[in-house]
Amino acid sequence: MKERQDDYQKRRAHLKTMSDEELKAYFYELTDKIVDPLMELGEQYTSKSVERSVLLRMGFSSIESKRIVDALNEHNLLRKGAGHCVYRVSRDKNIPIRDAGHEIAEGKVIDYLMEVFSNNG
Amino acid sequence: MDKLKPNEKMNIHAILKDLDTYVPHKRGWTWRNAGELKLRGFTYKEGSTSLKNYVPLPSANALDNIDPQPDCVVTAEIASGRFEDDIRRMRMAAYHGADHIMVIRTAGQSHFDGLIEGTPQGVGGIPITRKQLRAQRRALDLIEEEVGRPINYHSYVSGVAGPEIAVLFTEEGVNGAHQDPQYNILYRNINMVRSIVDAAESKKVMAYAGMLQIDGAHNANATARDAWKVMPELLVQHAINSVFSEKIGIKPENIALSTVPPAAAPSPDLKLNLPYAVALREFFDKYKMRAQMNTKYMDSSTREATVTHVLNLLISRLTSADIQSTITPDEGRNVPWHIYNIEALDTAKQALMGMDDLRGLLNLNKDGYLYQKKREIQERAILMMEEVIEMGGYFKAVEAGMFVDSGEYPERNGDGIQRDIDGGVGKNSTIKRDKDYMAPVTAHYGYNNVAQYDESAVDNPAKLIDGCTFEKPEKVQFIDELDESDNVCLRMEETEKYRNTNIIKPEVEWLGDGVVTVDLFFPVDVKVAAEAAIVTGKKMNLKDVEVIHKEVLHPSEGTRVQIKGKVQFDIDVTTLDIPEEIETMSEEEVYAYVKKNPLKVIAGTGGDDEHSVGIREVLDIKHGGVEKYGISYAYLGTSVPIEKFVDAAIEMDAQCIMMSTIISHDDVHYKNMEKLHNYAVEKGVRDKLVLIAGGTQVTPEIARKYKMDQGFGRGTKGIHIASFLVKQHQEMTGNEG
Repeated sequence: MKERQDDYQKRRAHLKTMSDEELKAYFYELTDKIVDPLMELGEQYTSKSVERSVLLRMGFSSIESKRIVDALNEHNLLRKGAGHCVYRVSRDKNIPIRDAGHEIAEGKVIDYLMEVFSNNG
Repeated sequence: MDKLKPNEKMNIHAILKDLDTYVPHKRGWTWRNAGELKLRGFTYKEGSTSLKNYVPLPSANALDNIDPQPDCVVTAEIASGRFEDDIRRMRMAAYHGADHIMVIRTAGQSHFDGLIEGTPQGVGGIPITRKQLRAQRRALDLIEEEVGRPINYHSYVSGVAGPEIAVLFTEEGVNGAHQDPQYNILYRNINMVRSIVDAAESKKVMAYAGMLQIDGAHNANATARDAWKVMPELLVQHAINSVFSEKIGIKPENIALSTVPPAAAPSPDLKLNLPYAVALREFFDKYKMRAQMNTKYMDSSTREATVTHVLNLLISRLTSADIQSTITPDEGRNVPWHIYNIEALDTAKQALMGMDDLRGLLNLNKDGYLYQKKREIQERAILMMEEVIEMGGYFKAVEAGMFVDSGEYPERNGDGIQRDIDGGVGKNSTIKRDKDYMAPVTAHYGYNNVAQYDESAVDNPAKLIDGCTFEKPEKVQFIDELDESDNVCLRMEETEKYRNTNIIKPEVEWLGDGVVTVDLFFPVDVKVAAEAAIVTGKKMNLKDVEVIHKEVLHPSEGTRVQIKGKVQFDIDVTTLDIPEEIETMSEEEVYAYVKKNPLKVIAGTGGDDEHSVGIREVLDIKHGGVEKYGISYAYLGTSVPIEKFVDAAIEMDAQCIMMSTIISHDDVHYKNMEKLHNYAVEKGVRDKLVLIAGGTQVTPEIARKYKMDQGFGRGTKGIHIASFLVKQHQEMTGNEG
């Protein structure tokens, strides 16, 4: 930012008359305005780390999670959810969750997933 | 594993054994059982339940060894680079009152894309891994049982692997964590969009686990040139992270503000820090205060740092602290050592309990300077938020360099930290979720289309996979080691010689590190003194000698220098001549006995000897001698003929003779002891008299060999002699007390 002299006395004119309680309420009103757009971002987006954290919870090791997420990311499938992809393979092929993850990591079922998700989303 | 016993060392090998199947006892944060505390006739207003096993403050020995614990949780930050050695320090810290153990991460972990596994050695901290966490949590589960108070374990959920770390922490029973995306953005240059997206998931997981969250705002005053000028911005940073966290689901009582009094003496400490502390606690009263200590103005003087920290503790007591952090006074010169972690804990305990109920004794002024300054800080913070919104929101403000500017807002010096929305580590790495995006796990934040598979699983997505690791810990995958050349097994092999054997070495942080400090004064200027100190260390056969502290006493008259270096030898404890310890009674017991059974002592220096200092110290009430316990004495002076002791005892009806003696040639002192005994026998009073010999070189063994009832050497206090006398008198007379 450009350098600026302290103009606190000028800027505070509208705050001067507020009581301590009003000041505090106004402080949180402003906080909401700053924070709400950030909430929206978290709601609508994901990341490799978020997806790896999902896979950890599904019972994969950190090394397995990384391999699965990297394989899916290469084919732009993280927008579906890494856990979703693993779940879908497991359900459709009737194999355990961990086996489904390994199949994805080895690149065996990527084409299948591409096909499944080509029709929607 | 077996319970810990205070008189036995912890078995680190056993802690590391079968870790793959260990499940931590609990999740979530625990506050202290705070309230009024009554101990030894004192009533503390801001206390908490005493520990089962502890080490009290040194001077507690004059107060029946009471160890009053403050109401707030007390933190010790422990991370030397070797987690296995840190475990021992954690146990020591718990004994001194720590119930929040924070583990600092190794340099560079925040830029590591994923989890680290195994147990590599760290730099300035430790690599946080599943194996390391599980071992330390397991150790803490044992230690908390030993001290009788839950211990909160804590590290950092930040960097580019935040969500994974939050999951790891939940699985491994970590109870608290730092989480603040602003820290990533401003100080770690991690992309801001990525940081926010990751933070949302991390916070959701932390909320599920009941973890306590600490924010990162205090880093602004550690970074800014004049730390106190960022006070308005600190309020803004605290607000952003706290409200963000609460909206995601963390309970307000689990949201803690990391707040540091920004200024330190020689600036007018309280005048700058107190209004800020009041402003903060007024605006953020529904959240918790984690009172951190100032590190910004810290040099190599441990004394100066300790005073700064005590002034910080004064702020805590004048306002409030839910968690009192401690900073080791040596942090300004090295990675903290064992002894300074303990000193820091004792400083906090002593100061907090010494200032118990300060707010009940004093009122803060509600007008004048304190009020005006507090209000000004709050208004300046509000003005900054207005401008952030005007600029187009948080990201735009960061891009413009609004944060960590050294000017006190609205003043701007143009030196704020500037980050690009498309820049930093992990840039362009967030992905928009599609309409059918789904994650079948517990505590996942944001859009999650579970309904497409099972309507009934919407509130419990993990139902789709029959429970995730949070419900079923047996699903967690444990990796032991990945690096064959850098792991705990190799490190422990190297130091095995010192582990539970007879061989020991001085230590500051790692087993067998051999480091010692030497405190020196030279009557010369600082430059010459520093070089002289290094040579002194080398002549003392120390290796790797370094100056760690210099203090000018006068520009030309003299300088104090502290050096550290490594000793080149081991000590075999079996070769040590360890003096026998004589059991003492409590002061109360001695008083009570002497009140019922008056005791009199005949004392003096025996034979041809003019020394009298030592014996006066164990006699006089002024020095805490036997007189203090109601025992009367007759002092015969120096060079007392041996016969005179016994004759005087008979004449004055005394129960005890205390003869002081120094080591002399031709064993005269031994002969004098025997002579005293023989003469008492001859007079027919030996069985009615307790005979004691004392002196700097007397040992109990020598004295007893020469027919004394007991001998007392260097370091003897009145209580030692008084309680021996009482016990011996009880035996002789059959009195019960």
